[in-house]
Amino acid sequence: MPKQTLPQVPIKKGEPAYKLWIFEPGWKGELPLILNPRQLAEQKRPALLPGHRLCAGCAAPIIVKLASFAFRGPTIVVNATGCLEVATTIFPYTSWAVPWIHNAFENAASTGSGVEAAIKALKKTGRLPYEHVDVVIFGGDGGTFDIGFQALSGAAERGHDFLYILYDNEAYMNTGIQRSGGTPPFAWTTTSPVGKVIPGKQQAKKPIADIMVAHRIPYVATATPAHWLDLMKKVRKGIEVEGPAFIHALSPCDRGWRHGTELAIEIARRAVDTCYFPLWEWTPETGYMLTDRSLAIARNPSLKQPIEKFVEVQGRFKHLLKPENRELLKKFQEYVDLVWEDLLKRAANAPK
Amino acid sequence: MTERLFLSGNEAIVYGAIDAGCRFYAGYPITPSSEIMHLMAKELPRVGGVFIQAEDELAAINMIIGASWAGLKSMTATSGPGFSLMQEGIGYAVMTETPLVIVDVMRAGPATGQATKSAQGDLMQARWGRHGDQYLVVIAPMTPQEAYDLIIEAFNIAEAYRVPVVFLMDEFIGHGREIVVRRGADKLVVRRKPSDHEPPFGSKDPRIPPPMPRLGEGHYVLVTGSTHNEWGYRDVHGFETHYKLVTRLKEKIWDNIDKIFKYKVYGDPDARRIIVCFGSTCRPAIDAAERVGGTKVLRLITLWPLNYDKLAEELSGAGKVVVPELNLGQLVYDVAQVYPRSKIRVINKVGGGIPIYPSEIIKVLEA
Repeated sequence: MPKQTLPQVPIKKGEPAYKLWIFEPGWKGELPLILNPRQLAEQKRPALLPGHRLCAGCAAPIIVKLASFAFRGPTIVVNATGCLEVATTIFPYTSWAVPWIHNAFENAASTGSGVEAAIKALKKTGRLPYEHVDVVIFGGDGGTFDIGFQALSGAAERGHDFLYILYDNEAYMNTGIQRSGGTPPFAWTTTSPVGKVIPGKQQAKKPIADIMVAHRIPYVATATPAHWLDLMKKVRKGIEVEGPAFIHALSPCDRGWRHGTELAIEIARRAVDTCYFPLWEWTPETGYMLTDRSLAIARNPSLKQPIEKFVEVQGRFKHLLKPENRELLKKFQEYVDLVWEDLLKRAANAPK
Repeated sequence: MTERLFLSGNEAIVYGAIDAGCRFYAGYPITPSSEIMHLMAKELPRVGGVFIQAEDELAAINMIIGASWAGLKSMTATSGPGFSLMQEGIGYAVMTETPLVIVDVMRAGPATGQATKSAQGDLMQARWGRHGDQYLVVIAPMTPQEAYDLIIEAFNIAEAYRVPVVFLMDEFIGHGREIVVRRGADKLVVRRKPSDHEPPFGSKDPRIPPPMPRLGEGHYVLVTGSTHNEWGYRDVHGFETHYKLVTRLKEKIWDNIDKIFKYKVYGDPDARRIIVCFGSTCRPAIDAAERVGGTKVLRLITLWPLNYDKLAEELSGAGKVVVPELNLGQLVYDVAQVYPRSKIRVINKVGGGIPIYPSEIIKVLEA
């Protein structure tokens, strides 16, 4: 086998491979959304630079990088407390090539609201040197499903123009794998331990994207890093709409889900293939629309994989594979099917 | 049932709380207190208790208030940012005289600060973090063994005086691991229930806390954080009801100070050089005193209410007073109330998880 080399990315001579995003005052226009991988590699720089200390195999930086490829110009990132925040800003460095503000755990949406409202005021009075400044908020599942939900709901109701990207690794990974509102049923966590009596978490996963749909905001979508074109397109749509947009991105976590570091993308793919995490988008005009692989599964149900495919590669579910727990696995399958069937009923582009 | 266990301070708290009869825990993940939660999730169901992970600290503190009124000994654990969120609930617990134990494993603040690094910056917040006149009890352990022993004491105080108790522990002790003897509780205070004509929010003698009814046991109970009379009826206009209530809540604590306030003297009790300290700074202080000799270590166990008379008595005739603290100077204000500030030498250090070393204290002692 030939010696592996890093991909040759054409970088202009004398120019650093990675640099801060700087937009001269008065900068006009829009960064193009490039979907061709080669052009993307040649022409785009992510807003999250290398050298961060997120774990090997973590999907969160993949989501952030893909999202930043879809930014359309000057962008301010608001970050809730979480893995992403602590691991991308290791003293004395930062991985962020764009302005970045971190507040406490529960108030990323509120902080984003303030930033957005101030930008709006500056623009109104002619003091903003750009056509548009976008606000993108990154929050984890703890900071979105649980403690930050009040702030998110309030901001959505007030109609601030931001994009909220939830990277959902389905537990409090930063503080030691405690259950969250995003943890699926039967998953092991440190606060929903698996024992003889209790098989992991006993409650369902909060349908956060559907809750955001219920806020009737202009754009809601789900995404995974495995379906990267889909994710980038959705991020761009979310940035372009006027008003709040919300993207729920599944982010496999090898530490918390107990899987190999090389499996993050594969597991995200299986999450969609088993319909555990269907891909869709919602706007008030179109209603629910399935996208990418989930649309293919809706058209051809034989593509749908059993939930074992998702469960078998994760240590947090290993108790479900024991023969005595077959009943639980069946229950889990029923739960997934119920959510999927419900979505099929609602999706406008699902074959009826 | 004495057991010798190798435990961190956080884990010792769990066993202490369970031995004290704690049967309800609600909490929210936060470094450096999460281990309390992990172990509670495992241990509480085994003894028939209830463990709930809340969606945030606001929910956690209010859940334990609810559980306490429903009759279970309840506690929560958190750290600085979560403790800030809990303040409203703690104020409510003071006003409604709800027995609770709140563990605050201190990290370096303000804001998110340094999540994994030890500090003692929450001392003033533990005492005064809420609005309005309110008094509660603050206790600080010095070792994992004390975390076990004193959490039992904390539950006893909470139950005896119907008051929230803040258990202020440094991260060093929370994560420090030592042999802990699980010796069980010597005595447990049992919550007194009212007879038919006994009001739940008033007593003739302010030193005797009123009995506490239990929701769902047939007592007619009205519980409110608004000003209320001895039967719980709201009075949000009158002077007398409010004045009577808040003075009683204060006297309930301060008039019992002889029973609540605890401290220990190490080293040479007659020495004129005195170190005043609490929490994790005590061991370096004791070590320093032993090494140089001729030094008394006055180690506070109860940080609030603080018996200033006792403090003055201990400091009378002192030459040099040293106050080492893992903050920018908070305990020193108390010492300064009874001893001239100009003669107090402080050692302040905070952040980075660096302790105050005995050598530093010795340097100041001998300077």
